[in-house]
Amino acid sequence: MKILLVGESREGKLLGSSYELIGFAKKLGAEASMFLVGSSDQAPAFDGTLYLADAGRCGEFNPSGHKELLLDVVRRENPELVVFCHSSYGWDLAPRLACALKAAQVSEVVDVDDGAFVVPCCNAKLRRTVRPKSAMAVLTLQAGAFTPAEPTGAPQVVPVEAEAKATAEFVGYEASEAKGVDLSRAEIIVSAGRGIGKKENIDIIAELARAMGGEFGASRPVVDAGWAGHDRQVGSTGQTVAPKLYMACGISGAIQHLMGMKKAEFVVAVNSDKDAPIGELADVLVVADLKEFVPAFMNCLQG
Amino acid sequence: MKILVCIKQVPDMESKFKVDSAGTWYDESNLAFRINEYDEYAVEQAVQVREQVGDADVTVLSVGPERVKEAMKKALAMGCDRGVHIADDAIASRDPFEIASIITDFAADKNYDLIFTGMQSQDRGSAQVGVLVAEMLGRPALTTIVGFTLDNGVITAKRELEGGMKGVLKAPLPALVTCQLGLNTPRYPTLPNIMKAKKKELLSLSVAELAKSEALAATEKVAFPEKRGGGLILEGEPADLAGRLLGILREKTNVL
Repeated sequence: MKILLVGESREGKLLGSSYELIGFAKKLGAEASMFLVGSSDQAPAFDGTLYLADAGRCGEFNPSGHKELLLDVVRRENPELVVFCHSSYGWDLAPRLACALKAAQVSEVVDVDDGAFVVPCCNAKLRRTVRPKSAMAVLTLQAGAFTPAEPTGAPQVVPVEAEAKATAEFVGYEASEAKGVDLSRAEIIVSAGRGIGKKENIDIIAELARAMGGEFGASRPVVDAGWAGHDRQVGSTGQTVAPKLYMACGISGAIQHLMGMKKAEFVVAVNSDKDAPIGELADVLVVADLKEFVPAFMNCLQG
Repeated sequence: MKILVCIKQVPDMESKFKVDSAGTWYDESNLAFRINEYDEYAVEQAVQVREQVGDADVTVLSVGPERVKEAMKKALAMGCDRGVHIADDAIASRDPFEIASIITDFAADKNYDLIFTGMQSQDRGSAQVGVLVAEMLGRPALTTIVGFTLDNGVITAKRELEGGMKGVLKAPLPALVTCQLGLNTPRYPTLPNIMKAKKKELLSLSVAELAKSEALAATEKVAFPEKRGGGLILEGEPADLAGRLLGILREKTNVL
């Protein structure tokens, strides 16, 4: 089977997730080539063909241009699968290519099942097995779902170039707001999710974190609602943390959150929903109402 | 200015899901449905643009069974001017390509200057339909937007990237944007606006009137994920739970 991987660079650097794509190809036992908009000194180490477009010339973020370049590579390779990371780059570009090819796209693949692809749905409470009907299919892979390949070997580089006009102008990157709290160094983090119910309850979580000698964090919905600052956000678009103890209060466990805290040594989840996906990752799931449990736990700590 | 905002109605994600009898989607009975969260941001942004430019008309569109009108009524109460319901009882079996084809066929001759969608749905999470509609209409698509301004017919949008970074994009109208959580603060419909919304036009079309494509993919199976197991589940009285948890933490971690 032939498979075309679409690697990813950001600010001139190859992203490590590109090796997850190679790992996926190895798992399938497929013959892999890669398309990358990047630079030759940042080529991934693997044995196969690397179709390399220069990011300086065609733009690091230029999906309409990258689509044209990719279509050219697809014509040359005629792969059965074109595989992206399910990332801000991948979920933007993949449907453009799929549309042009009239190929099925399966998003956020976490597993392979007899030629069909398994994806999460309903906040990871369910899994859906999707089978493409088209001869060629486009996939995006969930971050972390497939073991990255070890960088080894050297690709045969084939430069690609095309008149790649952008339909939207990329002005530039903007760094995240100044960091107030560096959660990555905290040994204990108590995080608040939407399940805390209202803004005032953040103080209770913060107080619990203090009483335990740690910092408090928050999930995305809590930050979006303005209950906590962005510097408290744990997850793929916030901070990545690795504390010795992570206590998730009222956090259902969306993959974006799990990506930010899965390296925690010990995870406690407090949730009234016994089926919350966070339970899959938690060492201990406490099924309880936060309003009752947190004061009781504070009592125990201080007692 | 003509604005289209596409919304989906989804179950509350806190629900207890059951697999349907065909084993290919969730069982809809006993589920509470609401507007897809991402689409609430799309509706809010569309209404804000209308408030900014003054002379604009916002159409809210939804494809699905009769129940999706409830979500549309909320969008109308939030400030959309009119609704178009594309009645389709088979929506759950359609793939993103089919759904995008249906929306595109409706939108193709309407000359919308701006189309808003959510960046994905909470139930399927494919993150495809918005981009596909833009591609089919031949418009620029700006995706995963957490910042949006419109000035002299040019959009400046901030895309959310990993690790807290953003990418800044500019594109002229007409264009399509897909909205990420946190883009704005969706308003709550006020009672007077809920009353006003009842008088707004809500046109129903049958999906049969619109051109469809063949599905490119099919759902073979929906199932619960295998339990990883190993994790301890504690249930009971809060005071008792608190004591048990503290004991476990003192034994298993060395930080307390």
